Amino acid sequence: MRITCPYCGPRNLEEFTYRGDATVKRPDSLDESATEAWVDYVYLRKNPAGLHKEFWQHTAGCHAWLEVTRDTTTHEIVAVELASKGR
Amino acid sequence: MCMRYSLAGLLTNALTGNRNWKPVWREPEPKPSYDVVIVGGGGHGLATAHYLAKEHGITNVAVIEKSYLGSGNVGRNTTIVRSNYLLPGNEPFYEWSMKLWEGLEQDLNYNAMVSQRGVLNVFHSDAQRDSFVRRGNAMRFNGADAELLDQDQVRALVPFVDFENARFPVRGGLYQARGGTVRHDAVVWGYARSADMRGVDIIQNCAATGFRIENGRITGVETEKGFIGAKRVALSVAGSSSRVGEMAGLRLPIESHVLQAFVTEGIKPLLDTVITFGAGHFYCSQSDKGGLVFGGDIDGYNTYAQRGNLPVVEDVAEGGMALIPAIGRLRILRSWGGLLDMSMDGSPIIDRTHVDGLYFNGGWCYGGFKATPAAGWCFAHLIATGQSHPFAAAYRFDRFASGRVIDEKGMGAQPNLH
Repeated sequence: MRITCPYCGPRNLEEFTYRGDATVKRPDSLDESATEAWVDYVYLRKNPAGLHKEFWQHTAGCHAWLEVTRDTTTHEIVAVELASKGR
Repeated sequence: MCMRYSLAGLLTNALTGNRNWKPVWREPEPKPSYDVVIVGGGGHGLATAHYLAKEHGITNVAVIEKSYLGSGNVGRNTTIVRSNYLLPGNEPFYEWSMKLWEGLEQDLNYNAMVSQRGVLNVFHSDAQRDSFVRRGNAMRFNGADAELLDQDQVRALVPFVDFENARFPVRGGLYQARGGTVRHDAVVWGYARSADMRGVDIIQNCAATGFRIENGRITGVETEKGFIGAKRVALSVAGSSSRVGEMAGLRLPIESHVLQAFVTEGIKPLLDTVITFGAGHFYCSQSDKGGLVFGGDIDGYNTYAQRGNLPVVEDVAEGGMALIPAIGRLRILRSWGGLLDMSMDGSPIIDRTHVDGLYFNGGWCYGGFKATPAAGWCFAHLIATGQSHPFAAAYRFDRFASGRVIDEKGMGAQPNLH
């Protein structure tokens, strides 16, 4: 697997650190009734066989956080965007 | 259990070109309905069927398997069995599994090549020695065996290890003499034969395509061979739990990952125990064919591809070279990857689900093989009685919400770090 970093270009997998599912939403930390939402955010995953949006950090490169769309059945990388984009 | 094999039978078949052996289990078409349908014909599913029939007298059971028996993780592991866990929720369960391994061949009347050749975890520093002492004590508190070896004792067992490695000198080891290896395919075949002889229908090439749920209760499984009614349905599909569970509306604390394993060309007897590196992730044993079988870390990203990438190959090879420098002279013959249910705390789940009559066994991370007998035992108990078995009482879904996680490595909710 190689990931094309928007800053650095195509780089080998070992330069990147994985941080999992990019679709889970962190609940409002001030909302004390959000227990279930926290359990969902911390522990529960869709874990799809197919396209998966996930975070990678270019830790041995520019340190940018990336949102990668990758097919979990083939390892084909469909899209790489900066995680900050649109957030 | 009746004998099927004899010296006379062996000779007769040898003289007739081995053309007249009978299949060891039937290949039935599914009946319209069963008391229990087990989804997944791997080690765990077949063990569950065996213990349901033998321990609980429930024989109106089908095991459905999307491919052939043992085509998944039970044929893709490194065959190591051990019970060297630390935490209270885990150690009694794995020690029970160890005891079931010890009696497995008599129970099944089948040669599963259970080889208690020992499992040696070497340590490299005083701090690591302390932590291994703690682990060994936890094991002994729970009735398992554990022995702390000094450097000379390790040297007597494995003289070719790199004791004077500049960064990771080997100072000693924690040794579980009762651990070892088991021939993984034979485990599948033994359980399958035993379940089949007790009336369980084993239906291969029959993937589950959906679940029929009425008023919150499961009524059966849609399959490639049509609908099969069931009073109870048991999922035993670790590696694919999320994609199978999703069909029943389950959202699980699990990510699917890949673990690679390797085998070298065959060599003369070198390694007569299982050995693990303490400063990285590397474990190795020698197969009866002579190849060194070894593995290391998971690749660390979600995947269903059953194959990994090269950085982990390099990492495993480096671990091997640091522990056993001689391994560098060997060529790797094959490598393969198996899918893992990596759970959020690194421990498994054997529990009911929110659907009445639907039971779940999964989340085995990279440790499912050694758990095969006890997982089958405890899952059968849950299905038959509706109650968790005491040895698996901690393996519940609600431990995540309640904070009672069983995190052996203390990594938190990061599946790729367990």
